Amino acid sequence: MTQRWIFHLAGFFALFLSLNSAQAEPVQEFVLDNGLKVLLLEDHKSPSVTFQVWYRVGSRNEKDGKSGLAHFLEHFMFKGTPTTGPEEYSRIIAKNGGQSNAFTTTDMTVYFATMSRDKISVELELEADRMANALLGDTYFEPEKKVIQEERRLRTDDNPAAALGEVVNAVAYTVHPYRRPVVGWMEDIQNLTRQDLVDFYKLYYSPSNAFIVVTGDFSTAELLPKIKAAYGKIPRGADAPKVSVTEPEQRGERRVIFKKEAELPFVLMFYHAPNLKSPDSYALDLLSVVLAGGRSSRLYHELVYQKRLAHSIDADYSSVSIDPTGFSIDAQLLPGKDPAELEGEIDRVVEKVKSELISDKELQKAKNQVEAAFIFAQDSIFGQAMKIGYYEIAGGWRQMESYLDGIRKVTREDIRRVAKRYLDRDRRTVGTLIPTKEKPQ
Amino acid sequence: MKKFSLAILITSLVLFSRWAHADMVPKRSVLSNGLVLLTSEQPALPMVAIELLVDAGSRLEPADQAGLANLTSKLLTYGTHRRSAVQINDTLDFIGASLETGAGENVASISLTILKKDLSTGLELLAEILTSSTFPQVEIDRQKQSVIAAIKAQEEDPGAVAGKAFAAALFPQSPYGRPVEGSEASVKSLKQQSIKDFFSRNYRPNRSIMAVVGAVSEAEISQALNQAFRNWSKGATSPPPTAPTHIGAAQTLRINKELTQANIILGHAGVPRSDPDYYAIQVMNYILGGGGFSSRAMDSIRNERGLAYSVYSYVGADKSHGSFQFVMQTKNETAQEAIRLARNEIQRIREQPVSEQELNDTKDYLTGSFALRFNTNHKVAGFLAQVELFDLGLDYPKRYAELIGKVTRADIQRVAKQFLHPEKLIAVIVGNQKKIGEK
Repeated sequence: MTQRWIFHLAGFFALFLSLNSAQAEPVQEFVLDNGLKVLLLEDHKSPSVTFQVWYRVGSRNEKDGKSGLAHFLEHFMFKGTPTTGPEEYSRIIAKNGGQSNAFTTTDMTVYFATMSRDKISVELELEADRMANALLGDTYFEPEKKVIQEERRLRTDDNPAAALGEVVNAVAYTVHPYRRPVVGWMEDIQNLTRQDLVDFYKLYYSPSNAFIVVTGDFSTAELLPKIKAAYGKIPRGADAPKVSVTEPEQRGERRVIFKKEAELPFVLMFYHAPNLKSPDSYALDLLSVVLAGGRSSRLYHELVYQKRLAHSIDADYSSVSIDPTGFSIDAQLLPGKDPAELEGEIDRVVEKVKSELISDKELQKAKNQVEAAFIFAQDSIFGQAMKIGYYEIAGGWRQMESYLDGIRKVTREDIRRVAKRYLDRDRRTVGTLIPTKEKPQ
Repeated sequence: MKKFSLAILITSLVLFSRWAHADMVPKRSVLSNGLVLLTSEQPALPMVAIELLVDAGSRLEPADQAGLANLTSKLLTYGTHRRSAVQINDTLDFIGASLETGAGENVASISLTILKKDLSTGLELLAEILTSSTFPQVEIDRQKQSVIAAIKAQEEDPGAVAGKAFAAALFPQSPYGRPVEGSEASVKSLKQQSIKDFFSRNYRPNRSIMAVVGAVSEAEISQALNQAFRNWSKGATSPPPTAPTHIGAAQTLRINKELTQANIILGHAGVPRSDPDYYAIQVMNYILGGGGFSSRAMDSIRNERGLAYSVYSYVGADKSHGSFQFVMQTKNETAQEAIRLARNEIQRIREQPVSEQELNDTKDYLTGSFALRFNTNHKVAGFLAQVELFDLGLDYPKRYAELIGKVTRADIQRVAKQFLHPEKLIAVIVGNQKKIGEK
């Protein structure tokens, strides 16, 4: 994910990734005549509202040589319309006591603001305006390109683990667009033109390729007519082109060595895995918790606590994506430890869940962690809106509702089976960050 | 960890609109052992968020034992008289709870997030940690290794490198200029007995603030705490924080690293949280560089020239002292230009009055966005603890609009002149010095 401005999603995603599930209160769905879907969830425990517009377009929709286009357009959407000056959007929202931002991922581009109930119409109107009337003015193109290149330097080029991740991704996928970084390769960003942005906007920013999510302290009876009035008049637009690329099955391990000035080696293993369209996704979710959910998890306990090889370790499986995704394990080493030894130990722990059943108590613990995280996640209206949007993008928000049931049904045998099937060395890419200098001059 | 030393409190106002009915208004009480308890009942979700601040920060450690407060806080979940580290981890993970500990310069913190149904388990564990942590040598050795790894990991983070160098240059010979984690050498030398002594002297209820927010009433939590914490006894009080006696002179610090960007901090000393001009300074800083896309720094350095992705200014205000920082990253080649523009903006806000519109927009944001800062149980717990720590009073949210509202354009120019000192700026530049070049 990369976005217009740094904001803190980390806490939210920690919960979100391990848990994506049903709402305490029902989501209401409406579809306008122009194809724009509207998903509303009233939640009155705090006096604020999050309003989000989701476009079904991300780096997944880009062509080779044009990487970073979706993200660039996200930035450029803040340069005004005939009625709103460049960068005025953010000022108007702030003046009305709101906090706004936008972000782009492989699968989506999202614009949002969180405000008090009496001010949320301001955001509603501004988003409708830029859905139809963004100017994408030439004057701002070159400075914004530089901003995005600075963003890439900050997030990727000068961040050793992120830079490794980018290369591992580019090797793990050979054909599928998930191989490209969302922010774009530096040279591609340099070569993008304003016309690329205009064409992309025309192709993808239409009501029928977007949906709205609103959560928080509002009344549907009051808000829905306002949405219809502001968005209903926008022409439907042509259907956006579909992407249908299938990554060929990987046959044999791939390895990446990445050298960069750093202090501690870092190891990243990426296994191809199915997304939420597979019933195995529930067991894979729980497997990630068994391996690295909390200090009592297997990888943490054995490699961080007992054997003292890693400073930190994580297992990450995010099933909520349009196309098949990955199950990854990453670790930062303790000073003086050998990446090869750590890799061997990770493999030993993984082999064990592939060959032996976990205990009943361990399974119950993982399920408890997922269910508790589900409750905690509802504390934030923003988090709830994000969850609805992610599911809607990946295959329909209704799939959230079966999530907890799916988790509850997972057996110990399921955990062993999915570990065996998907944590297969022939289907993985292993990346190692080798620090090039112990001490910079 | 600077979580607490640099204040968070631009906050305020509509807080009370979160309390839908009378029972939900925050309550303050002092338990018989001296613990200050702040509660806000939020029945909507079956969960509870607890934030405990203890007067046990790094300011209380001897300079030659740098890292003592941090190591002590990290070890709190690694063994009590009744439970080993492994048993503590099992207990927490089995109920899906999270218990995090850490230390800042002034306070140590313990945050617990737990389901309502498991609250008694959580409180029991919390009480155990606070009254009978054992600090086994084997765990001390493990944690030392982790802290040293964390120190090394920070060296990979150019922003953290710049931040450390800035603090050390600004407050030399002060605990506020020293990294809370200590150094590799100081951490290695820490002794078990020092940790035990630090814990036993400082982790006391009469030096602590606990905020409890969630599906639990004040009566229920007071009773539970009186029971669970009955063995947590009062200790000696600590001396109040004192301001650093030495303030670093204007200087330019260059740290050479193989990076594509220069990470820049320009800054100097500021004022404590209790300064009467605190609110005027916050309004001024919002216009200068604190206000995200509404700030002058963002306009000049990012939007007009495309020199940076992230650029902001920041006013930190702690109990005894404060700081001002202007922070940005730009490619090495444009570092000098960005620094010149930053200095221009600092100069401009001192010399020319801000516009009426800038002032009004800032006031509207600060007062209007207040509720957003407290829209989760966690944020409310953190806020209540800070209100107590800085002695703002539970009516603070009601007063906030007035505090911000009365700031005038003249006030802003006055505080800009008094607070911002272009001639005193310490500049830290982390990056490829060859490409950055000499000024």
